[in-house]
Amino acid sequence: MWEYTDKVKDHFLNPRNVGVIENADGVGEVGSLACGDALTLYIKLDDKERINEAKFQTFGCASAIASSSALTEMLKGLNLEEAGKITNEDIADYLGGLPKEKMHCSVMGRDALENAIANYRGEKKKKIEGEVVCECFGVTDQEIFRAVRENNLTTIEDVTNYVKAGGGCGNCHDQIQEIINSTLGMEQPVIKHEKRLTNIQKIKLVEETLEREIKPALQKDGGNIELVDVDGNTILVKLHGTCATCIKSEITLTHYVETKLREFVTPELVVEEV
Amino acid sequence: MKVIYVDNNATTKIAPEVLEEMLPYLREFYGNPSSMHTFGGQVGSKINQARENIAELIGANHEEIIITSCGTESDSTAIWAAILSNPGKKHLITSKVEHPAVKNLFEYLSKNGYRATFVPVDSKGRLDLDFLYSHLADDTAIVSIMWANNESGVIFPVEEISGVLKERGIVFHTDAVQAVGKIPIDLKRVHVDMLSLSGHKVHGPKGVGALYVRKGTKFSPFLIGGHQEAGRRGGTENAASIIGLGKASQLAADHLPEKNTRIRRLRDKLEDELLKRVPNTMVNGDKENRLPNTTSVAFEYVEGESILLLMNELGICASSGSACTSGSLEPSHVLRAMGVPFTAAHGSIRFSLSKYNTEEEVDFIIEQLPPIIERLRNMSPFWKKSR
Repeated sequence: MWEYTDKVKDHFLNPRNVGVIENADGVGEVGSLACGDALTLYIKLDDKERINEAKFQTFGCASAIASSSALTEMLKGLNLEEAGKITNEDIADYLGGLPKEKMHCSVMGRDALENAIANYRGEKKKKIEGEVVCECFGVTDQEIFRAVRENNLTTIEDVTNYVKAGGGCGNCHDQIQEIINSTLGMEQPVIKHEKRLTNIQKIKLVEETLEREIKPALQKDGGNIELVDVDGNTILVKLHGTCATCIKSEITLTHYVETKLREFVTPELVVEEV
Repeated sequence: MKVIYVDNNATTKIAPEVLEEMLPYLREFYGNPSSMHTFGGQVGSKINQARENIAELIGANHEEIIITSCGTESDSTAIWAAILSNPGKKHLITSKVEHPAVKNLFEYLSKNGYRATFVPVDSKGRLDLDFLYSHLADDTAIVSIMWANNESGVIFPVEEISGVLKERGIVFHTDAVQAVGKIPIDLKRVHVDMLSLSGHKVHGPKGVGALYVRKGTKFSPFLIGGHQEAGRRGGTENAASIIGLGKASQLAADHLPEKNTRIRRLRDKLEDELLKRVPNTMVNGDKENRLPNTTSVAFEYVEGESILLLMNELGICASSGSACTSGSLEPSHVLRAMGVPFTAAHGSIRFSLSKYNTEEEVDFIIEQLPPIIERLRNMSPFWKKSR
């Protein structure tokens, strides 16, 4: 049972401004069915570029619905510059706070708003910047940087609560930690194997890393990996099974395996699936 | 507001008869069952009687029953016992849909020197027996497969598995926490070596469980201490709760036929009517082979927590396999293992009935739930698009 504030309960049980604006000036979409929550925000402007109508459609939990409802109420009467300044923290504050595990609902509101404003300005849907770190929920390093910086996040758990990254298979936890460390100005631990490896050493090290680091992680989610061949710096592998809700599972696995092998064996390695 | 409790796989109401049986042992009879004096000793006799009742419910002998503090302790005890008494064996088998009490221990062991195999299930939640049998190894220390799944209610073919494992000489443990008291269990006929059960799932108190250990099975205690439970589990007995579990076991045996008639009929009515009244709805799990009290219904394009909280406003208590209710971000491992499509997994609701549910309650849910789903779907950006 979540400890929702009365305001969250009110906006969930009596959501304001549900629906579609047929000739909206801006539409912002975020989330997906796979991720478990999604929001489409519609804004209508008056001739002074003030928001005079905002509506939403949301698929998700109580706090996702409440955050969407709160956002539409907050937007009314604001000009676009003012609206653009709304942060996820503002949405959570408006509701008297959200459980920390649910902060991503407020981030979803802020993202939908940014998309809607971009849409009105004729920009394409806000470009997803950076490289995808969490493949399960499709979260990039830039998004994680931003969440860490804006909300002073210090742990992987925080990051998961705010932007979902790391909440699936868990393979990206090391990368998230690195982002947190670099944002907080901490030094990143770097493991380097400077010495040039002979072929036999390389194959042995690849095998060891697969057994020790990679297989247990994949098996945890019902997957597995088989080493097929080592051709120079190209590692040929066969992958089995995957984490059921991963959106880009194939990229995830190959990318993950490559990252791990580069970390423990040598940075020149390329992993290919056969 | 009247509470309509259809979450009996989570926990159950303590039966009034059970509570009555327990109260004297919380008030007057506080003696230590191990004491020499009659005042304590009489508690010991009462505990032995409870042990008989527990044994009888599952077709066991009272000497084969070890009282524990919960289902989780029973599971841990069984798995560690098999491992510690078979030191050369480093392989373990379980299913992908076990309760965390088993699943998380297996994951822990797989990181600490053991090889764990997780047997998959099909889309109806049925165990892949060929996979299980083909992964049995000479160094398999234990196979732990639940008797019935807590989310889908699917019953696994424990009897068949037990036959194969007996022939191979491999220890077989079953987490029967959801099965005991809901379907007949006769361990004289079914050769499992160890079986876990829990008090609060059978209208007994929380904080008490039992582990059945077949006579002759190698055992090693999990809680090492005093001579209690014949040296197999140290710690002063939780007398009132054990006595409560004894009474609950007796009642469960008496009410077993009702599970398969009245409760099954109510469950079927609830399920059929919801499927009939709400479009884009399906049942998770094998309808042919399920606990008579359980149904997991998936409502597409809506999210489980929202459904639960709107039902909560009407006093209806159920649970969900959705991500948001547990604080995790992904749907339950059971629904994922079954490959339930994510359009449906996030909107899956589990109803689990008990002997205390009435037809009026089921009718109330049938009336009230369809408008809740409709309301949430009208709010969802995917609903119209899917039509």
